[in-house]
Amino acid sequence: MANLTLVQAINLALIQEMEKDDRVILLGEDVGNNGGVFRVTEGLQKRFGANRVVDTPLAESGIIGTSIGLAMAGLRPVPEIQFEGFLGPAYDQLCSHAARMRTRTRGAFTVPMTVRVPVGGGIHAPELHSDSPEAFYTHQPGLKVVMPSGPYDAKGLLISALRDPDPVIFFEPKRIYRAIREEVPEDEYTIPIGKARVVCEGTDLTVVSWGASVIQCMQAIEACGRSVELIDLRTIYPMDMETVEASVSKTGRCVIVHEAPRTCGVGSEVATQIMEKCFLHLEAPVQRVTGFDTIMPYYKLELEYLPDAARIQRGIEDCLAY
Amino acid sequence: MSMLSEPSTSRPFDVHGKPGERTSAPATTGRRDPVDPALCRQWLRDMLMIREFENRCMQQYQDKKIGGFCHIYIGQEAIAVGCTAAVRPNDPIVTAYRDHGHALARGMAARHCMAEMFGKIGGCAKGKGGSMHMFDREHHLYGGHGIVGAQIPLGVGLAFACKYMDEVIDGRPNSRVALAFLGDGALNQGAIHEAMNLAGLFDIPCVIICENNGYSMGTSIHRGTTMGHDIISKAIGYGIDGYVVDGMDVLSVYHDMSAIVEKCRRESRPAFVDMRCYRFKGHSMSDPRKYRTPEEENQYTSDDPIGRLKLHLEERGELPEAVLKEMQKEIRDEVREAIAWSEASPEPPMSELYHDVFVEPHGPFNGTSLPQMLQGKDLR
Ligand SMILES: Cc1ncc(C[n+]2csc(CCOP(=O)(O)OP(=O)(O)O)c2C)c(N)n1
Ligand SMILES: [Mg+2]
Repeated sequence: MANLTLVQAINLALIQEMEKDDRVILLGEDVGNNGGVFRVTEGLQKRFGANRVVDTPLAESGIIGTSIGLAMAGLRPVPEIQFEGFLGPAYDQLCSHAARMRTRTRGAFTVPMTVRVPVGGGIHAPELHSDSPEAFYTHQPGLKVVMPSGPYDAKGLLISALRDPDPVIFFEPKRIYRAIREEVPEDEYTIPIGKARVVCEGTDLTVVSWGASVIQCMQAIEACGRSVELIDLRTIYPMDMETVEASVSKTGRCVIVHEAPRTCGVGSEVATQIMEKCFLHLEAPVQRVTGFDTIMPYYKLELEYLPDAARIQRGIEDCLAY
Repeated sequence: MSMLSEPSTSRPFDVHGKPGERTSAPATTGRRDPVDPALCRQWLRDMLMIREFENRCMQQYQDKKIGGFCHIYIGQEAIAVGCTAAVRPNDPIVTAYRDHGHALARGMAARHCMAEMFGKIGGCAKGKGGSMHMFDREHHLYGGHGIVGAQIPLGVGLAFACKYMDEVIDGRPNSRVALAFLGDGALNQGAIHEAMNLAGLFDIPCVIICENNGYSMGTSIHRGTTMGHDIISKAIGYGIDGYVVDGMDVLSVYHDMSAIVEKCRRESRPAFVDMRCYRFKGHSMSDPRKYRTPEEENQYTSDDPIGRLKLHLEERGELPEAVLKEMQKEIRDEVREAIAWSEASPEPPMSELYHDVFVEPHGPFNGTSLPQMLQGKDLR
């Protein structure tokens, strides 16, 4: 067991799966020689060679499209896109091909590909380097969307993603790449895709979140001094509504927290399903604490944009006071 | 296709491959009219200004006054300065994220450029964009964009508009040319190929300038790009004339670009330029540069475009030491003033989050207003 950062946990998961399965190959801009912009794939090209850790040209559409071909032919490609904003040029390949291939070919061809993408704000970067586009890909049928909130979950979820028979977008919250450490076993373990985690139990209110916001939620819950249950979705699609339903049915109140813009954010879906499934248990309208319906601003306004512990706490208190 | 100018020195490290390969065709003009020494001194000033600005940016970044990413233009100053000198003030320009040099060369005041990086309201994008997002409507600078290669279709569109306004609306010959800058790494993005085909097909007067510094982050051009030694062959495939220009020499840039731009203007046609250069610093501020050797860096940095122009002037007795000293002092003062001004400029208030999204106020959206530096300006 070692005390690892998110970066190290992901690196370890990649090493272990690559050692096990030589169908796993990594591709991306500067992932080899440089070890990736965030150094997540550091040392892997040395270890596995340039045929398995491939430095590609600057071409996201080409990287994802080629990965789809590799996957259809039976390999397990793990392309890296440097920042979530650069999924734009690859959007066509992801949504027109990867997401639809199993359905289009009625199961004859599949795309077991894991797209690794740093996501979210908090590093003082501008738009396209700080965005949270998980809802776009959640809305697209055929894609699985995963976002861990810490090193332990990251390792287990990534291994599940790499072994998954369908395409997975694995979002890595970049603000916590090195901000937190956790005990991460050397030994193999997996965390199933589609299972949420109850971070802490409580009776008065449920907070649902994912990614880096989970940490802000923990701070807010600690500060508010009430019995609050926190659920980290971990997988955004397929969503574990059973865990959410059980919790909200117990507490009767729910606050959803995400960095992404509010309108049609994943929170909208969570809230609707709560309304559908827990209507008679609800004691207050479901609240959302989110980013704003604007382009992510640079630097000085960034921390206003991102939900912080104080804003989440206010959301919790408003919901409790209703 | 022709090689307009040869790099002045022979280099043991040649990041671009075999530069002599396409020299067989004669230079299009061969024109090398002497440049007025006062103009040369102005270019020296402009290049020194960019250099000083960038050096101070690096300090400000280290002092955490500038956040996120900061792509430094040092080594490539001759390109922004020479290219803007070769076009008319109302010829549109668009570039990517390594854009401070283009903004300053085009005429943006250092304070508005610096304040943008500081994230302050006095910035050219109200401090909401940062280093990659330099815009100056008054000076026809259309950005500053962060998605690699995605600015080239915009450049083709800008040029299309120029052509349309003159030829279709006004029924007269085309009078303007757009300059669209990209890096060598950007050559591999699909968008630029779609744009080049369109420009070639429709005779769009856009000069696509590849600032070929030999690296896309940590990937050398030969590791990432086919035909890296001869990138104009890509443009030729789209029916666009290609030129190789020495981007380390402002006089070459100016002469060659003047000829290319005037040809495009006159013929209302596109062109592509392999502008050979070297970025002296890392890709951005956090780049250990382990993908290239100190020997290679030293070779290029000792062939500094500013040094070359200084030498040119000094050899002709056109740069008295007192003049240079005074110039350097003015520049230092101007950049120092820009920093002080940026520090004093307020942070954007929370209301700015919902500002500049739509014109019409509705719900939380509270309309839009021009950045400080454009207020009261004639923006045709
Ligand atoms: C679509 C997209 N992919 C990746 C990036 C990240 N990125 C920014 S600059 C860069 C390298 C670009 O190299 P080049 O085009 O040669 O320009 P230079 O940095 O040398 O000026 C990369 C990979 C990006 N901004 N946009
Ligand atoms: Mg380059």
